[in-house]
Amino acid sequence: MTAPPDDCLARNAWICGKYLSTRRGILTDAVLQHLELTGLSVLIALVVAVPLAVLARRLRAAAGPVLALTTVLYTIPSLAMFSLLLPLYGLSASLVVAGLVLYSLTLLVRNILAGLRAVPEETRQAARGMGYGPLRLLLTVELPLALPSAMAGLRIATVSAVSLVTIGAIVGHGGLGNLIYTGMNTYFKAQVLTASVLCVVIAVAADLLLLGVQRLLTPWQRA
Amino acid sequence: MTTLTDAWHWLTDGAHWSGADGIWHRLVEHLVLTVVCLILSCLIALPVALVLGHLGKGGALAVNISNIGRAVPTFAVLVLLLLTPLGQYAEGPTVVALVLFAVPPLLTNAYVGMRGVDPDVVRAARGMGMTGSQMLWRVEVPLALPMILNGVRIAAVQLVATATIAALAGGGGLGRIITAGFNLASTPQVVAGAVLVAAFALLVEGLFELGERLAPGHLRDRSTP
Repeated sequence: MTAPPDDCLARNAWICGKYLSTRRGILTDAVLQHLELTGLSVLIALVVAVPLAVLARRLRAAAGPVLALTTVLYTIPSLAMFSLLLPLYGLSASLVVAGLVLYSLTLLVRNILAGLRAVPEETRQAARGMGYGPLRLLLTVELPLALPSAMAGLRIATVSAVSLVTIGAIVGHGGLGNLIYTGMNTYFKAQVLTASVLCVVIAVAADLLLLGVQRLLTPWQRA
Repeated sequence: MTTLTDAWHWLTDGAHWSGADGIWHRLVEHLVLTVVCLILSCLIALPVALVLGHLGKGGALAVNISNIGRAVPTFAVLVLLLLTPLGQYAEGPTVVALVLFAVPPLLTNAYVGMRGVDPDVVRAARGMGMTGSQMLWRVEVPLALPMILNGVRIAAVQLVATATIAALAGGGGLGRIITAGFNLASTPQVVAGAVLVAAFALLVEGLFELGERLAPGHLRDRSTP
C-alpha cells in the first residue's frame, strides 16, 4: 500500500494551488455557465424593463401597480422564487434565468422610472418647443438623461444576479454555485473557497465593466 | 394546474403541520432565527452607525459595506462558515451568516440618515449649549429615525430571505420544506414550501409597511415615493 500523497488536496486545505491546476476545466466551465446565466437574465430583464418603465412614466395609473408588483417580486426570497417556477420550467437552466429576470426586472424598472421622473420639466418643454415629437423626445432627451440612474440600477442588478446564480445549484444550474454545493456535500474546502472567491471576482469585474460603459455613455457627466 | 392543487393538498394535510419536520416547527424556527438575528444585528450595527454619523467619520466604509454585502453570495458564505469549526454548532453558521447580511443595510441606512440631518439644526442645538450626547439623542437620532427604521425593514426582509437559503446548508427554517421537497423530488412539496416562504416574507414586509402607515408623521420615511 502506498502512502497517500502529502499535498494540499490530501490535507483538505482552504487554499490549494494543486486544486487550481488539476480542476482547471471544471472551473472554466462553471465560470462560463455563471457568466452565461447572469448575462442572459440581465439582458432579458433590460429588454423588458425599458418599455415597462416608459409605460409607467407615461400612464400615471400604471405606475402604482407596476411598482407594487416589483416590490412584491423583490420581497420573495430567491430559493422560494426558483421553487415557485419549478412547475413551469422543471429542473432547467431556464428556471434560473426566469427567476433572475424577475429580480433584475424589479431593480431596473425602479431605477429607470426614477431616472425618467428626474428629467426636469423645463428640459422636456424646451425639447417640445424645438419641435420634438413624443418618440424623439423619449429617445434623444429623456432616456439619455435617465441613463445615470438606469446604469446604477443595472450595476446593482448585475452584481445581485451574479450572487443569486449560486442558488441555482438547487436545480443543478448554478454555475459556480454547483461547485460550492458539491464542495459542501464532500467537505471539499479548496473547492468551496475557490468558487466563492471567483463569484466575488466576477461581481466586482462586472461592476467595474458597467462603470466603464456608463462613463463612455455619459461623457457630459465627466466634467 | 395539477401541481398547484397537489401543493394545496400538501399544505392542507394535517400530518405535514406537526412534528419536528412539520410546518409549525419550521415556522417557529424561521421566526426565532429572524427576530434573534435582527436584534443582534441592530445591537452591532446601530451603535457603530450612530457614532460614525455623529462624528461624521467613516462615511466611505458605511456606504460601501452595502455594495460589498451584495457582491458576496449568501450561499457561499453559509457553506464557508459550515466548513469552519463553527459548523459543529447546529445553527452557528446560520446565525453568523444572517447577522453578516443584515448589518450592511442597517449600517448604511442609519449612517445616511444621520448625515442627512440638516446641519443648521445641529448647529442650533450646539448653540443652545447641548453636549455631544444630548445632540445625538435629542436631535440627530429623532430626525434620522425614519431612515434608521427603513434600514431595519430592509434588514428584516433580508433576514427572512437569508434564513431560507440557510436550509441549503443544513440550517433550520421554512426553507427546509423546500430542500426536503427537492430531495424527495416532490414538486408539490417544493411549491407548498415556496408559497409558505413567500407568504412569510410578504407578511414581514406588510407588517413594516403597516407600522409605517400607522406611525406618527415625523416617523415616516419621506424619501420613499
